[in-house]
Amino acid sequence: MPSHTFKLNGEQITVEAEDDVRLLWVLRDLLGVTGPKYGCGLGVCQACTSHINGKAFNPCSVPVSKIGADDEVTTIEGLPATVGKDLHPMQEAWLDLDVAQCGYCQPGQIMTAVAKVRRAAESGREITDADLDEIRNICRCGTYTRIREAIKAGAEKM
Amino acid sequence: MDDPTDSPEPARPAGPGRRRVLAYLLAAPTLAVGARVGLDAAGGESAEAAVPSLPQPEELFDLGDMQTLAAAPTSGLISVQVHTDGTASFAVPRAEVGQGMTTAVAMMIAEELDLPLEKVRVSLADARPELLMNQLTGGSNSMRSIYLPVRSAAAVARQRLVATAAQQWGVPESELTTADGVIKHGSGRSATYGSLAEAAASTRAVVAAAHLKSPSEFTVLGTPRNRIDARDIVTGRKKFGMDLRVPDAKPTMVRRPPTVNGTVVSVSNADAVKAMPGVTDVATLRHGVAVRGETFGQCIDALRALDVTWGPGTVDKESDDTVLAELRAAALPMTVPALLTKKVDAEFTFAFASNSPLEPDNAIADVRSDRAEIWASLKVPIVAQRDIADRLGLPQSAVTVHVVEGGGSFGRHLFHDVAAEAAEISQKMGKPVKLSWSRTDNFRQGRTHPMCVSRVRATYALGNVLSYEQRHTSSETDFGHGLGEMITSTAAKLPVAGNLTFAETIFQLTQSTPYNFGVTTQLLNEVPLKFNTGSMRNIYSPNVACARELIVDQLAGKMGKDPVAFRREFLKEERLRAVLDKAAEAGEWGRALPDGVAQGIALHTEYRGAVASLVEIDCRPETVNRKVRDGVTGPRVTRALMVVDAGFAINPRGLEAQMMGGLNDALAMALTSSLHIKDGIPLEGSWDNYFYTRQWNTPPDLRVIVMPSTGDKPSGAGELGVAPAFAAIACAYARATGTLPTSFPVNHATLSFDPLPLEPSTPQSPTDGLDRAF
Repeated sequence: MPSHTFKLNGEQITVEAEDDVRLLWVLRDLLGVTGPKYGCGLGVCQACTSHINGKAFNPCSVPVSKIGADDEVTTIEGLPATVGKDLHPMQEAWLDLDVAQCGYCQPGQIMTAVAKVRRAAESGREITDADLDEIRNICRCGTYTRIREAIKAGAEKM
Repeated sequence: MDDPTDSPEPARPAGPGRRRVLAYLLAAPTLAVGARVGLDAAGGESAEAAVPSLPQPEELFDLGDMQTLAAAPTSGLISVQVHTDGTASFAVPRAEVGQGMTTAVAMMIAEELDLPLEKVRVSLADARPELLMNQLTGGSNSMRSIYLPVRSAAAVARQRLVATAAQQWGVPESELTTADGVIKHGSGRSATYGSLAEAAASTRAVVAAAHLKSPSEFTVLGTPRNRIDARDIVTGRKKFGMDLRVPDAKPTMVRRPPTVNGTVVSVSNADAVKAMPGVTDVATLRHGVAVRGETFGQCIDALRALDVTWGPGTVDKESDDTVLAELRAAALPMTVPALLTKKVDAEFTFAFASNSPLEPDNAIADVRSDRAEIWASLKVPIVAQRDIADRLGLPQSAVTVHVVEGGGSFGRHLFHDVAAEAAEISQKMGKPVKLSWSRTDNFRQGRTHPMCVSRVRATYALGNVLSYEQRHTSSETDFGHGLGEMITSTAAKLPVAGNLTFAETIFQLTQSTPYNFGVTTQLLNEVPLKFNTGSMRNIYSPNVACARELIVDQLAGKMGKDPVAFRREFLKEERLRAVLDKAAEAGEWGRALPDGVAQGIALHTEYRGAVASLVEIDCRPETVNRKVRDGVTGPRVTRALMVVDAGFAINPRGLEAQMMGGLNDALAMALTSSLHIKDGIPLEGSWDNYFYTRQWNTPPDLRVIVMPSTGDKPSGAGELGVAPAFAAIACAYARATGTLPTSFPVNHATLSFDPLPLEPSTPQSPTDGLDRAF
């Protein structure tokens, strides 16, 4: 079976899997990294959203063979380490505003939020309502308002 | 060990306003106190209907009351335990699916025990058959049924700790105080609960009277608190069903038929599929073919490769238009002749909807020859346990059912379809399985809120509404999840005349019209089509209330009255009038808005709670025609206000979250989300087909106002916000567009997506994810 090497949450790892197995299943079923959730496997619901080299992406839509040895994959589990703290400021904001209901979508929401704020910052501007309207992550509990408030609050501390 | 006393006395005097209820010291190594579920929770607060209309059944005795009454006589106890590390624990016989039940329960224990909230651990109890129907999460009933029992157990635990310390120190209990898990005496002596947990334990069961705090003494209950699992959630540590590691329970999925409940005739290539990479097993079921493998991805590959010949399903000839025709034919007649008076007459259609949460249905099953173990999010685990045992040919006691935290429910987890299927597959394969339905399975073969039609006729004359009749006709809603047993044991005692069928009983217990509209009748008829159906958050009420409030606006218009003033005039209940007034004031009812933008207001009372919703909707072309890739936009609610009176609001922050969720569900039901049935199956197969509310649909401005407590008992809250918000959105849409919308969601007539293929039943995952990284 082919083996695949990449950086996962700060550690260089090697895993054996068929080339076309999507990264989500490599993370969840083979490596036991369960923060990224399965909500559709179609790149739609965004529940599995993680980062690759700092950009948000859906591991359900990427064959593991497309991940290179130099690629750095960060899941919700590895997010705090990117700022060298116990919690990322976006996670803190999520706690402050008690955003979660069932919590199933929230790892993906937080990973999307961090990427959205980074992109806005790189363009030299603050996050706007228009940015928030672009977010595709489903929250079936409907806690959208608190997500919007938390992203704005988290952005101020990022 | 000697008991310090057989009947622990309170450190607090039993003053006026305190409630004395019984709990039980249990024999255990450390302090454990039990109480009965349903204890004293079915209080007789029948509504005072000093009105021309006779009280309708829901006002006398609603669904939640019936559940708590049914719960009262059973023998099972729930118990609060105090441990040597100073924590308290409690296994709650309910499901946590995001509604915040575990947080509210932890608050009850923290309050009565005088223990910091973070020292209370709440887990979900396994199926406990001895609790009978006390282990059902539904009808927004959890808080109402466990509020007193849980507090009573915690209060007796505190009393026992105090008695133990008093005996050890040789001082009167009345000189001791408790705070933050520590008992103190004026002399400076103190002891932690943990240090007393063993000494306070009882060697035999003892009845004790609990002395509950009065609401004026509360420091935890009634204050806004964050979810107890919030940190686990934001760090990805919270475990859902598919996150559990059960030895050898490998990923398993099912190839399903191209029509609802189709059957397997033959599989031509099972051996070839079993030889595919990573695949370990293939097993044929009645309604599909299961594959088990090393990863879910390889299960998708395998199920897609299967060559299956399918037999017909249960509704192959049905489509939206055939179902609608059958519903119209089955509508019960109106009884008030409308010949001599002025009337408003309308018919409203509500499309099929999906109650699927974001977490796809899943369950783990490990079935052996003599026993079985199941892990799943289940709201009625006892019924699941019994049914799974029957199907496996095992005694009920040989089946252990663990209740796992669910990633949402919205009614879906009232049923145990997925757990039963996992058990069947595990038995057939002879191995443990971790079964997940695909997203597409969830929409196409999963349970639905069935299509329904609501006809309303109201007559009026001389400034009065003389009659209000509503005839609700629905494709059958499956209530076969065990509530039925409770109904049969309780229905005979209901103060309701008539020979109601099961669904009619639910309908009558949940529906009432909050207005004095003279002769009022609301009747349900069902067409027994064999779709996979079930309750969806708030069951009938969103549809019934939407139709009602649209008609209320019509009546107000015909009678030349402002919608708020009209509602005020005809409302039966002061609590509703109060939330209406608050909403009108805080939401600036009547403020000037541009053409194409309008307000809508609506009211609903259920579960002993009352809500007013006021929304503003923007139906201008520049808003309606916004473009979003693979999404629907349409009218946007730009401002929304929910004013809620939940009796006693246990956790206002959690209540606010439930109102927010209710509003977003209502947006979806009113404007964007439905299932289109075509030739026996829903066309929807992904979240980009089933348009649940997204960020571009949700109001940028949403406010929730929690009214000051109007009583000392919590109302139901989980479903309470959906109906009034749905109705308010519909009323606003009507006003903004100058039309009377009669088909919901309003975009249902347009199919806004290209349906995924019906075969294979689960689409392949994309491979271009890196191209879309941002």
